[in-house]
Amino acid sequence: MNVSIPSALQSYTGASQVEASGANLTELFAALDTSYPGIRFRMIDEQDRFRRHMRCFVNGEQVYELCRPLSVRDEVIILQALSGG
Amino acid sequence: MRELALLVATRKGAWIYRSDVERREWRADGPHFLGHIIHHLVLDPRDGRTLLAAAKTGHLGPTIFRSTDMGRSWSEASRPPAFPKAGEGEVGRAVDHSFWLTPGHASEPGLWYAGTSPQALFRSEDGGATWEGVAGFNDNPAYRDRLGGAQDGTPDGPKLHSMLVDPRDAAHLYLGMSGGGVHESQDAGQTWVPLIDGLEVVEGFDASQWAFHDPHCLTLCPSNPDRLYQQNHCGIYRIDRPSNQWRRIGRAMPTEVGDIGFPIIVHPRDDQTCWVFPMDGTDVWPRTSPGGKPAVYITRDGGESWSRQDVGLPQNSAWWTVYRQAMANDICDPVGVYVGTASGGLWMSADEGEQWSMIAQHLPPIFAVETAVLA
Repeated sequence: MNVSIPSALQSYTGASQVEASGANLTELFAALDTSYPGIRFRMIDEQDRFRRHMRCFVNGEQVYELCRPLSVRDEVIILQALSGG
Repeated sequence: MRELALLVATRKGAWIYRSDVERREWRADGPHFLGHIIHHLVLDPRDGRTLLAAAKTGHLGPTIFRSTDMGRSWSEASRPPAFPKAGEGEVGRAVDHSFWLTPGHASEPGLWYAGTSPQALFRSEDGGATWEGVAGFNDNPAYRDRLGGAQDGTPDGPKLHSMLVDPRDAAHLYLGMSGGGVHESQDAGQTWVPLIDGLEVVEGFDASQWAFHDPHCLTLCPSNPDRLYQQNHCGIYRIDRPSNQWRRIGRAMPTEVGDIGFPIIVHPRDDQTCWVFPMDGTDVWPRTSPGGKPAVYITRDGGESWSRQDVGLPQNSAWWTVYRQAMANDICDPVGVYVGTASGGLWMSADEGEQWSMIAQHLPPIFAVETAVLA
């Protein structure tokens, strides 16, 4: 499936769009981390929680749980939601 | 000695300034990691070329970057400091940022320590590539409940800082916690004992409880590792081991300046000489230079007396803060002293604080300044 990568993580992927697969977000992020080592920990902490300013959308809907199932045609968008200077 | 470096960690990236030992001109290299919050940038003195940088951004998690060529190229730790996954029903801790990096003992190449917020201690045995928690501290039942979370304590979270290794004994360690006092280990971190006798706390709190203590910065004298100095939220202190009693040497500071500040540094060859940068610790804790007149204070008699050093510094209207990691000295003769301000000014003195000049201005807020001798 297609995953949109925010600018802050493109130092890992080298691209704003990448292909990855997984039956749920846990597997998807594991696959991303295999392809781009280190990317997962910048988004998700050691307790498997999205970091404070990271957002994840599947088909336009915000997702909070890594166990969210995915299908091959889903569109995943990762966003950084940062304010302040 | 061929070349010196200043390693400047800021709110928006890191800079490396290089000079020959005359220290007349500094060449800037940077920014490295522009936009990253860099809490500490440290060179490994054991090889003179490996750098570790503690980094995060406003939205991305904390990590450690490593360079083995003085910053020309960087790689990321494959396992940055992180707590174990909590068991079912337990509240898990997550590292918010690595705050303090300390190279291990000279006899243990590749060993590093990292202090984090929330307060915890991590260790790497492979030059900073992978990190494990020091269980004797992080999971110690005597400490665990009082270490606090990332949102406790100071606005950016309490810090485990000032991780010190006795140059005579790799197993003898000290550390400070901004929410929790000074602690000592004699067995490489397996067990710890508070070292707080004689330290004062904010009025109304119980000084016998280590959790109420707020050391800001500790330093150990290279020329006499039995002597430590401390800048605390409640004064400047000295201890001479094996005594367990800290003594408030800041009482000798001018009363209109006080003895409150963040950093303290010590002369590399003289255990009687150290420097502080006082700040205004009155009422709401402005944490600026007192009266907007920044000055370094030096003692050359172990804290019995202090002298003001402000030649070349602004004489008024300079409302600086110097954070606890943002004051450093080199090992030249005479010693160079450096401060980085929260207003982004980098200052130096090549004559032990007598005269000051600016190396750089308009940097982002400076969190840490370290000096290094390049290989």
